[in-house]
Amino acid sequence: MLKPNPSKVNSRTIVLSVLFAALAIVVALISLSVGTTKLPVSDVVEVLLGGGRRGTRLVVLELRLPRVATGLLVGIAFAVSGALLQTLSRNALASPDIVGVNSGASAGAVAVIVLAGTGGGNISGVAAKVGIPLAAVLGGLLATLIVGALSIQRGVVDAGRVVLIGVGIAAAANSLVAWLLVIGDVNDAGRAAAWLAGSLNARAWSDAVPVLLAVVLLVPVAMMFNRDLSALVLGDDVASSLGVRVARVRLALLIIATVLAAMATAGAGPIAFVALVAPQIAQRLTRMERPPLLTTAMLGALFVVLADLVARNGLQWLQVGPYELPVGVVTAAAGAPYLLHLIGRQQKGR
Amino acid sequence: MHVENLTLAYGADAPVVTGLTLEVPTGQLTAVVGPNGSGKSTLLRGMSRLLTPQTGQVLLDGKDIHKLPARELARKLGVLPQGPVTPEGITAAELVSRGRHPHRGLFGRLTAEDDAAIDEALAAVELTELRERSVDQLSGGQRQRVWIAMVLAQGTQHLLLDEPTTYLDLAHAVDVMNVVHAAATTGRTVVTVLHDLTLAAQYADNLVVMGEGRIAAQGRPVDVLTEELLDDVFGLQATVVEVGGAPVVVPDRRLAG
Repeated sequence: MLKPNPSKVNSRTIVLSVLFAALAIVVALISLSVGTTKLPVSDVVEVLLGGGRRGTRLVVLELRLPRVATGLLVGIAFAVSGALLQTLSRNALASPDIVGVNSGASAGAVAVIVLAGTGGGNISGVAAKVGIPLAAVLGGLLATLIVGALSIQRGVVDAGRVVLIGVGIAAAANSLVAWLLVIGDVNDAGRAAAWLAGSLNARAWSDAVPVLLAVVLLVPVAMMFNRDLSALVLGDDVASSLGVRVARVRLALLIIATVLAAMATAGAGPIAFVALVAPQIAQRLTRMERPPLLTTAMLGALFVVLADLVARNGLQWLQVGPYELPVGVVTAAAGAPYLLHLIGRQQKGR
Repeated sequence: MHVENLTLAYGADAPVVTGLTLEVPTGQLTAVVGPNGSGKSTLLRGMSRLLTPQTGQVLLDGKDIHKLPARELARKLGVLPQGPVTPEGITAAELVSRGRHPHRGLFGRLTAEDDAAIDEALAAVELTELRERSVDQLSGGQRQRVWIAMVLAQGTQHLLLDEPTTYLDLAHAVDVMNVVHAAATTGRTVVTVLHDLTLAAQYADNLVVMGEGRIAAQGRPVDVLTEELLDDVFGLQATVVEVGGAPVVVPDRRLAG
């Protein structure tokens, strides 16, 4: 007879988490070594361990590491946000990039870039450091609030409506962004447009800090809700009967998911499809009935650093030219077919 | 379990259950029956915490269920609501293990005690052999038994089940009722909403008949389920016959012309 083995499921998620984390680190190291100045990976490791020459240290720690670190962090933030929203709404399509959270955050951020911009294409000081992340979080929360409020029917959030209304809110927020770009100064608008494509280009440590804070503070909190999520997938009534305070847990996780996605958006622009795809792939590989948070987080980090490596060097490798692509273009190219696949699957299921 | 002057409504709508008082016999199987819209499922939701009453209270071991911490209540009262969501690909054992939620901490694996409760629950519904099977591949009756096992694994003294036999053919419904009955004979207090009067009469120690948000009759099935009551509460012309000590409802045919 087969022996009980809920722990088998657990070990699968741990093995895959470790694997994705290791791969993300390898890709990050490669990413730190390639560029205008090619460095051997051994030099990169030496610098990271506190050694190396001054010039190498400058290139690695000041020029490249902020970008790679931001990439890893926004990958985690987007992926965990997606896993939470998909689980809460019991719908694979309900990720922050689809249901308007990223768009709301973008609208907030672009408003700051354009309206508070000095016209030099570069806003500075308080407006940039605090203003963009704050405006992104407010925009994201506003989008979540509207989608949540409109999706409620007879006191319950209707999972099917979340996606439809979310797509509508995303469109509304995107048109607001387009309007801001039109009315804004050309340099500010240009800067906003580049950021909107989802770019890790020229990230500084100050870009990484908000998303670092969000990840360090909120991801562990989300993990503490793991067991409640396992009950929530059985339906709100069942979860409630099992002692989960459903309304409170939902609200807390919704806010966490929104802030994570908004902070990631503030840090690197609304990089598409990470939040949608990473949780789904992690769920399938671990054969769980919902996206496992840790595995999803590590896969998200891997996805973004890998996409950024390709974005930076892909065209050169193909010998097309020395151009860089925004990372969002690469994630979109990889993720869009998956979205179509998901939509096809959901329609078949109905 | 004691229900005192309970009034239940959805939002601002007119109350579905009005001023209902009910003493649930301990260690017995109570079946709640009644016509559609009589408030039987609403009553069950009000007896758990799925619906907050407008007036009155539900006492469990003398304490108001709305004043107990959620986890403590979940260790005393198990509820199987209608329409639970079966996640795609979840195995029977995994689903049953979710019943241990109120006993577990934030982290850590299942304890030996959890494993024992899961094994026992699966054995009680006779699905030990299918424990590693995906629940969505099981038959309707088996699936319902897995869900009951999930509630059994919760290890509560009191169980509330909302129409556990809905959509099942008679043979599968009987399998489910055997499991429910067995749960009551092992010392639990079980309250189940049922729509099938004959099935309710066969299994219940105590029958509660609801009509228009109130209790129309309550007691042993043989005493309660009479032809007059069926006419009064259900508007049903039927003959009640007794088979093996339990009443059986045979509806009178209404022939045209």
